[in-house]
Amino acid sequence: MKGADVDIVGVSKFFGSFQALKNVSLSISKGEFFSLLGPSGCGKTTVLRLIGGFEDPDSGTIAIEGQDVIGLPPDKRHCNTVFQSYALFPHLSVFENVAFPLRIRKIPQQLVREKVMRYLSLVQLEMHAAKKPSQLSGGQRQRVAIARALINEPSILLLDEPLSALDAKLRQHMLMELDAIHDKVGITFIYVTHDQQEALSVSDRIAVMNMGEVLQIGTPRQIYENPATEFVARFIGETNVFSLKIVSIDGTRIYGEVDGLGPMFVDDETDAKPGETVLATIRPEKIRISADLPNTNGGRINVLHGIVAEPIYSGFQTKYIVQLDTGMMVTVYRQHANWSEGIPDIEWKDEVYLSFSASDMVIVEMHGQ
Amino acid sequence: MRKQVGLYYSLPQIVWLLVFFAAPLGIIIAYSFLKKGLYGGVEPQFSLEAYAAMANPNILIVTWRTLKISVIATILTLLIALPCGYSIARSRNQAMRLFLVIVPFWTNFLVRIYAWIAILGNEGFLNDILRALHLRNESIQFLYNQTSVILVLVYMYLPYAILPLFSTIDKFDFTLLDAARDLGASRFQSYVRILLPNIKSGLVTAGLFTFVPIFGAYAVPLLIGGKDSYMLGNIIADQLTKTRNWPLASAISMTVTILTTGLVFLIAMRKPREQKQVFDADPGLAIPVPSGRR
Repeated sequence: MKGADVDIVGVSKFFGSFQALKNVSLSISKGEFFSLLGPSGCGKTTVLRLIGGFEDPDSGTIAIEGQDVIGLPPDKRHCNTVFQSYALFPHLSVFENVAFPLRIRKIPQQLVREKVMRYLSLVQLEMHAAKKPSQLSGGQRQRVAIARALINEPSILLLDEPLSALDAKLRQHMLMELDAIHDKVGITFIYVTHDQQEALSVSDRIAVMNMGEVLQIGTPRQIYENPATEFVARFIGETNVFSLKIVSIDGTRIYGEVDGLGPMFVDDETDAKPGETVLATIRPEKIRISADLPNTNGGRINVLHGIVAEPIYSGFQTKYIVQLDTGMMVTVYRQHANWSEGIPDIEWKDEVYLSFSASDMVIVEMHGQ
Repeated sequence: MRKQVGLYYSLPQIVWLLVFFAAPLGIIIAYSFLKKGLYGGVEPQFSLEAYAAMANPNILIVTWRTLKISVIATILTLLIALPCGYSIARSRNQAMRLFLVIVPFWTNFLVRIYAWIAILGNEGFLNDILRALHLRNESIQFLYNQTSVILVLVYMYLPYAILPLFSTIDKFDFTLLDAARDLGASRFQSYVRILLPNIKSGLVTAGLFTFVPIFGAYAVPLLIGGKDSYMLGNIIADQLTKTRNWPLASAISMTVTILTTGLVFLIAMRKPREQKQVFDADPGLAIPVPSGRR
């Protein structure tokens, strides 16, 4: 892509005989908040280290702002990193940690003082300038690391699971703060995480990775609503997957059969032909659960019958795990949204009907295909 | 009320220290203030003669030389031990490399000194090679000078410097070097500005572990050195066995002891006190982290 800030084309990386990255291509545009999402060991941190200059790829090219950077050491690249462990220098004060890049460049003291205080105030740590990193809390250290990485005014900020060491509440807070900082400085953020909620809530685009491969790149909505593969569908949120043997296709109107469950309608695009088997998915929140047989009005609504195997109440919603007549388990979320829904409580061992629209179903690639 | 049982438990150590450390030290202190006996030993009579005798220019020259040799040897040892310790700490095969560092300890100290004589001597291995290659026809005098003494001292005390440096560097978080590079530091700058300040305690320990024994060296200058590399340890031995001036030998020993303990004490005092942990954020979020120094 022309005008891209970071352009990675066909990059592979081996560690010994282990292939950490398989032909990865990414194009990240200027100012984007781009997330690399995947389980641990999927290669996302390796991508970050390649961009940062800590490793070089075995094949493929990496360009930053149009310039080929392979072989260029980290100190010559216009990007800075926020490390997972923060990597604050324990022997230096907060002030000197943030000032470090300026000291290296031999900036005069007056300018250093002024600029460091400006960046410390960006992360609201002016009060703690004289402290040592060991005297700060986890969230404060995190912010020092961010200020330090930003002070050289890089065009790209690389963040390696920066929130993983924080507890859940603080993580939410820091995430919002990161987003605000991104808006303020306006540079490209490349954010590595294994937490799909984090990635969904702040990213402009997400690349989902697994086993060294990029499976899908898209906006959070695209990735969630239209997962490309079974892995993406299962990794981002929860989903229910049916093996669907296609009987007929009319445009995007697919009619098929699921073993033991009978006919099923799906509205989605597919390259598959009648007679072939595909994976059809439905998100738990898109399934309606009811005690009575719902009226489908002849629409393209699928109805399944089962018994509640496990209701899990969590305040704002209840998660039901329903065992279908075939033994298959289906997950359903029911929001406790308003006062007038009027549905009687559904409890353990209750017989229930599950209904969902064909248009909410998505056909995904089989894993490993 | 609880009895103070700690005292009983530590009795063996106390006895051991009294018999093998405090008592000999007391004897040396006492001897240094007594009058010298005619045929060695001491006369039970108070005297400051021994300390006055130390003003002897010969002894002052040797003291200065001992200090110089010790400082040079210690610096060289640290310069070699630092990259060694670093590479062992970053190696995947630490156990094997540490083993190789420790192996020489299994050979007797004197045997290892004689091995150096076999290498550096006029008819030694090194001269043999030079002759065989026809680079030189006559032997080069490698032994019996300050350079050879420093070389062998460095060799002898290198493991004492490598081990503490290794254990400090091993605990160092190498991500910090990545961070320094990331923030614009060259490789060299990242070592000087980030690695060195964080392994200071290891450097100090390694320095003391080499400086203190080298300052009291005896066998190496005796066997490898010549007249120009006589050290305080040799003078003490001479006073004890040849000149038979036990008070003077004791006085010099005392001086060496005071100088080295003084040095250790100074360095220990210079270390800033442990930093108190301050949590001014939400106390539930504070992560206690041990202060960097060990």
